[in-house]
Amino acid sequence: MAIQLKAGARLRSAVDACEVVVVKAPAEPVDLRCGGHPFLPVDAEPGSESIVAGFEGGTQLGKRYSNDDLGLELLCTKAGEGAISVGETILAVKGAKPLPASD
Amino acid sequence: MLLEMAAEGDPDRVVLGSHDGGITAADLLERSRRAAIYFEKSGAEVVGYFGLNEDTLPVALFGAALAGIPFAPLNYRAPDEQLRGILGRVAGGLLIADDQEVARLGAIGATNVVTKDQFAAAIAEPVTGEHPFVDPEEIAVLLFTSGTTSEPKAAILRHRHLVSYIISSVEFLGCEPTEAQLICVPSYHIAGIAAVLSSLYAGRRIMYLPAFEATAWVQLAAAEHITHAMVVPTMLGRILGAIEETGTDLPSLRHLSYGGGRMPLELVERTLTDMPHIDLVNAYGLTETSSTIAMLTPDEHREAFASADPAIRARLGSVGRPLPSLEVEVRDIDEATLPPGEKGEIWVRGEQVAGEYVGNNVLTDDGWFRTRDAGWFDVHGFLYVDGRLDDVIVRGAENISPGEIEEVLMAHTAVAEAAVIGIPDAEWGEAVAAVVVLHPGGDASEADLQVWVKERLRSTKMPGVVAFRDELPYSPTGKLLRRVLRDELSDGSGSSASA
Repeated sequence: MAIQLKAGARLRSAVDACEVVVVKAPAEPVDLRCGGHPFLPVDAEPGSESIVAGFEGGTQLGKRYSNDDLGLELLCTKAGEGAISVGETILAVKGAKPLPASD
Repeated sequence: MLLEMAAEGDPDRVVLGSHDGGITAADLLERSRRAAIYFEKSGAEVVGYFGLNEDTLPVALFGAALAGIPFAPLNYRAPDEQLRGILGRVAGGLLIADDQEVARLGAIGATNVVTKDQFAAAIAEPVTGEHPFVDPEEIAVLLFTSGTTSEPKAAILRHRHLVSYIISSVEFLGCEPTEAQLICVPSYHIAGIAAVLSSLYAGRRIMYLPAFEATAWVQLAAAEHITHAMVVPTMLGRILGAIEETGTDLPSLRHLSYGGGRMPLELVERTLTDMPHIDLVNAYGLTETSSTIAMLTPDEHREAFASADPAIRARLGSVGRPLPSLEVEVRDIDEATLPPGEKGEIWVRGEQVAGEYVGNNVLTDDGWFRTRDAGWFDVHGFLYVDGRLDDVIVRGAENISPGEIEEVLMAHTAVAEAAVIGIPDAEWGEAVAAVVVLHPGGDASEADLQVWVKERLRSTKMPGVVAFRDELPYSPTGKLLRRVLRDELSDGSGSSASA
């Protein structure tokens, strides 16, 4: 189920405690999932489903998850056990080299 | 949102104050929630902060953020007349002020003023419930830009700008629990706000020095095992002096970032020589860009310092390279992008770039912000900043950049500091004038320095007047107050007084 994302929007996982904020949103709707199930609006009640096999791996608080081809970037604001994917493709942690402190 | 993440990620980490007895992330979140409810109940449209840096500041900053109310740190050093104008812009607001400022604020018509103690008492009771994340389009911070050449403007930073800056430049809880940052820049400066956000997100404990004084800085840094600090140029020289004078050892200190104005090369070299173990970062940024947009990293400092190649060595005077999350270009007066080596105006575009004042968004249609700073790139992408375009002296039809002449003057062994400004001139429109501070025991006359400049540049760049002073006027954030000098010299007191 593809949904239209908007920068600043918050989403929660249907299967674990994971929450994300959309940092960069693609122009087109995307089939964004956590643990294999579509993300829900942040204030929605989580469902009773469990993580689909192959979509474990978890999310880490404060990490950014992105797909540069799509122009998609998410920030994890609460961690969970499921992995984030677009369709079947699991998103990678954005591996930016940390910058030295400047202020 | 940033604070909630920090409290979720490591609730028991001390984030504010001394390592023993300081405020934890969870505690800061709790206090900020209480502050948010207090601000909401007060009906304030803006939360002003008028006073020295203290632990109250982050509580008020995050409280206002949770409540979705703009936070406006005000310049408590502003003269009454200027302050009256600023207060007019934050009417309808609640003002948290230092005790000793309350009478002054009342006298110039401020209403709704609470002291820090009254604020602390108002948020003493526990509250329940969570605030939803604030809309990223809401205004987070209003900062009155220093306005060294004109009246202050109220710059707007929205939540999305500050959050973009933080998450793209800081690794969440990326630092060790022993790291501690000493903040001595005032809260009404963008660096004072950015330091709170960056430190908290990185997990670095914040320690405030309410008012800068070099010996106090060194003592606090030693006592609190400070590892990181940000200083403006005028502070660094005094700190080095105080370390020498007091013989204080700072074994914990390992990272100093500097910015806010032109740092004399001599000071950078002295720091690299005296304290080679310290990582130096030169950060270049503006209020309108949510702080840093380019930086010279510790490795780049060391490489430049060790290099015999003049082109690499020169990088010590650069501001390094733009952050990877941004685009920076140098453009000419027709807005065409210039190649490396050519000087023009610095333009910047990116998620953290706000470029907006109250009632006036100055971003171009495609999102670029004109910094009004002059500069150029070298062939390796290092950015050099050469002062404000507004400071350019127009003598006849010639545009003269003060920076070039100041550098030549400072290369004279007798000269400690130099400022070059344009003063009104009947014949040329503007004439070049220099104000110079000599080293103790340094000896140079007006004529000596005129010849010195003429031999190295050309006659049109030779200052018609050289005035000597015991010190130059700087803002508390290290910016040279050219306007003050211009006013002084334009009053006819420009004849060369003795040193």
